[in-house]
Amino acid sequence: MDSALIPKGLKRCPTWQFLLGLGVVGVVLAWGIYAMLLCWFKGLNQTNMNDYYGFALWIWADLAVIALGGGAFFSGLLRYIIGKDELKAIINYAVVIGFICYTSALLILAIDVGQPLRGWFIFWHANVHSMLTEVAFCLSCYLGVLTIEYIPLILENRQLNKVSFFHHLAHNMHETMAVFAATGAFLSFFHQGSLGGVAGVLYGRPFAFREGLLIWPWTFFLFTWSAAAYGPCFTLFVTWITEKITRKKLVKDNVVELLAKISGWMIFTYTIAKICDTTRWANMLAPSLGQTLSNFYTNNAFYGYWILFSEVILGGLVPAIILISPTLRKRSTWRVTALFLAIMGICLNRWVMVLQVMAVPVMPFDQWVLYIPSWQEVATTILPVAYGIILIMISYRYLPIFPQEAELNPIAPNDVPVTHGDAAVAAEPATV
Amino acid sequence: MFPFSFEWVWDAGHMVFHGGLWYALSIIGLGITYCVIKAAIDTGNEKDGGHHDV
Repeated sequence: MDSALIPKGLKRCPTWQFLLGLGVVGVVLAWGIYAMLLCWFKGLNQTNMNDYYGFALWIWADLAVIALGGGAFFSGLLRYIIGKDELKAIINYAVVIGFICYTSALLILAIDVGQPLRGWFIFWHANVHSMLTEVAFCLSCYLGVLTIEYIPLILENRQLNKVSFFHHLAHNMHETMAVFAATGAFLSFFHQGSLGGVAGVLYGRPFAFREGLLIWPWTFFLFTWSAAAYGPCFTLFVTWITEKITRKKLVKDNVVELLAKISGWMIFTYTIAKICDTTRWANMLAPSLGQTLSNFYTNNAFYGYWILFSEVILGGLVPAIILISPTLRKRSTWRVTALFLAIMGICLNRWVMVLQVMAVPVMPFDQWVLYIPSWQEVATTILPVAYGIILIMISYRYLPIFPQEAELNPIAPNDVPVTHGDAAVAAEPATV
Repeated sequence: MFPFSFEWVWDAGHMVFHGGLWYALSIIGLGITYCVIKAAIDTGNEKDGGHHDV
């Protein structure tokens, strides 16, 4: 039915299989949309947020997807500015994943503000003393950059590309992509950093507060560094999942190993910096503010030293060592394990910097307050995941996302899809 | 916010924040305008009547 839209020389699953997949994920999407509408029409009383937790599950999800989406800006920087040409085999997918992450982040914020119709207030009535204003500015602009990076991919669809203007527009956008990539890196540096800065300037909360350079606390630099380091891990991990689902090799090993190696060294240097920061904070800064390390990790039902170990060692040092070791990096099992641990590590880091900050008692009469999200919060947090899967399914089916796919998966002449009708496409049962 | 808005104050905060925003928006806007205009010119210059066969 839709074979005329499928890129030339590539095989995709039958239309019914594709629609069935869309339908299954669509049910989850509908559940999330229902919860989102509840939040918009009934208000934030649908959540379990309270005076302790002004920031909750949504802001963790927001920070996590923004960090994971960092693969787009860092891969773009490596490809267009530093000149790592091998990465052109994966940069399209990094852009798609980044686009999904950033649209998800803005969607979550649109739910979190409670009054999305007033979202423009932050631009017009900007509080220029707030790091979150800077985050809002850069986040919106960077989504614009990602949209510009995604548009040429859409225009390269087999049918759209037949329109001469679209063909030239896609070509010209590719030609000028370095300008957009540089702008994206500039914007990402500041909004990733400012998200960390928001926690670091909370001088009333010794768990989060850090000293720094001029107006920027160390968390500013650690957040930017970690997004650049861990973002490519998410890109590689999603690529691996896509390869498993489609049962195809989509990117050559040398490309995957190059990005994994760069990511490994970035994680390693980040983890060293994080350990230095944690050591100084635990031994000097926190005691100077009247707290000790044990105050942050004991006397409660959830937050123990395990979370610090899981974040820094299991989700930092271990994946870094695996990814910088040529022998381990080449082995798929080790590499994927490292990618998974890294993603877990960065998500834990964002959880700690958003939610543990709120949980730790500050005043002598305070007590630990743990947080359990409502189902509406959970549903609206899963909503972007469903949306992301659907966008990946559609993009993979109709757009030439992986330049090496045709070379890695040659099809026999009698397997070439028929342009009108999907009889030949239906012969391939295993691909999505 | 623009300098002619009643809330505007000529201080470092407003100039840095909004200057950065306009700077980024200008680059994005100019870049995309250049691409669109050049694509229109390229399409016009194409000899085969504007139909590109892939």
